[in-house]
Amino acid sequence: MQRFINDPDNVVDDTVRGFVKAHRDLVRLSETNRRVVVSTHAPREGRVGVVTGGGSGHEPAFIGYTGKGLVDAVAVGELFSSPTAKSFHDAIKHANGGAGVVCLYGNYAGDNMNVKMAQKLASKDGIEVAVVVANDDVCSAPSAEREKRRGVAGEIFMWKIGGAKAAEGASLEEVRATAQRAIDNCRSIGVGLGPCTLPAVGHPNFQIEPGTMEVGIGHHGEPGIRVEPLKTAAEVARDMATIVLDDHDLAAGTDVAVLVSGLGATPLNELYILNDTIEDEIAARAFRSTAPMSATTSPRWRWSARL
Amino acid sequence: MQSFPNAGGGAIIEAMAARIVENKAYLSEIDGKIGDGDHGVNMAKGFGMAAERIHGREVSLSEAMALLGDVLMGEIGGSMGPLYGMTFTEFSEAIEGRERIDAALFSVMLHKGLEGVQSIGSAQVGDKTLLDTFVPAVEAFDAATNGGQSFAEALDALVKAADAGRDSTIDLVAKIGRASRLGERSRGVLDAGATSCAMILGSLADGAKSRLA
Repeated sequence: MQRFINDPDNVVDDTVRGFVKAHRDLVRLSETNRRVVVSTHAPREGRVGVVTGGGSGHEPAFIGYTGKGLVDAVAVGELFSSPTAKSFHDAIKHANGGAGVVCLYGNYAGDNMNVKMAQKLASKDGIEVAVVVANDDVCSAPSAEREKRRGVAGEIFMWKIGGAKAAEGASLEEVRATAQRAIDNCRSIGVGLGPCTLPAVGHPNFQIEPGTMEVGIGHHGEPGIRVEPLKTAAEVARDMATIVLDDHDLAAGTDVAVLVSGLGATPLNELYILNDTIEDEIAARAFRSTAPMSATTSPRWRWSARL
Repeated sequence: MQSFPNAGGGAIIEAMAARIVENKAYLSEIDGKIGDGDHGVNMAKGFGMAAERIHGREVSLSEAMALLGDVLMGEIGGSMGPLYGMTFTEFSEAIEGRERIDAALFSVMLHKGLEGVQSIGSAQVGDKTLLDTFVPAVEAFDAATNGGQSFAEALDALVKAADAGRDSTIDLVAKIGRASRLGERSRGVLDAGATSCAMILGSLADGAKSRLA
């Protein structure tokens, strides 16, 4: 696969530098850690700080969510790899406005360990850190074991809602509880049409045969629940909506917010084609969809939804 | 009573790092079967970085281990960064300030490293992780010394058990980490962490044994 990169070992640092230059009005690089991106509005004195972090390679997550009323500081990991405990700790320090910090991140083994260690380091600095661990990916574990599920696109709602609550001046516990409720109300699913390749590794670690798709695939290529022949966008959208809505168990008339994300790889028009059917499916089940969003490759998009 | 000096022990870590770097492609290949395929890349980066900082300097074993622990914790991230970072930081603290390391102190060191790993991770033996190498290796070392064997013999027992533990991961189903999502599909291949752990303990044992007096 051909790419626009320099030395494959420097993909993350090159990405972050370019990102910070492109959005210098909103973000900056930490002076002490080139793997921490900070909102120019942070820290906000007297407000709960909001931190996230995770592996690179599926932008806009995570750096693209740095901003006012969103995330104050982001710890940046290597491609598909958890950021260091030090980076989480530095992000926490940058976000600290004296009212505690909430760390909203996704359920992965490395992240769990590094955040836990960063929490300990921060508490030695006198900073109280609460955490919310996203687990919205339906296909990664059965409903009875929801705590084992991966965190995927639903994190965006967690950051947006948690960030808004913090911006309102809420307490650390209120922000944590709100962000937790937000992610508890999310269900997500991924479908993959092609394998991912880490530039430094040079070749994909798995295959998705042409003519097939992997349903329930993870962001880093974690296997899904089934591989089957590729169907039309309408059929795929129907399947995705069914899997997600069945897991949710919502009452008729519930407001449903939809996020369709391509993780930087799926062309934008395909996301809209899928959304066309997704919205119909929601309406057919007597839910009301609020204004949908499409998370594109641009880290800034207009929030038109009533959230 | 056999022991080896702390002073100059940095060379043991350099040799360990060389072994990891040599095996970069192999470790990534194993990891690629059930993971992201970057285990070798990340390990080589961290161990290589630490080796560069030791190279050409007279460094004690405890100092070299502390340096390696810092590099892994601070630069590598992922799961291996914290797990091995913690291991070497704890190893270092156990022997810091001690002139010579005998079998008893070596055991204390091993246990401290193991407990460090178990305090941050949540894996058990049988979950197909580096613990499947680490735990049996430490147990075998202790069993040998408690059974009256020499330090050198105990080191041999450690390596033998580490290799056997690593090999036991072939038939295990992964319960934690990236590979755990594969379920049954993770059976039939080595775990990359267990493999690198066997290399690490093997190098540590070789280095200690060759310096015993």
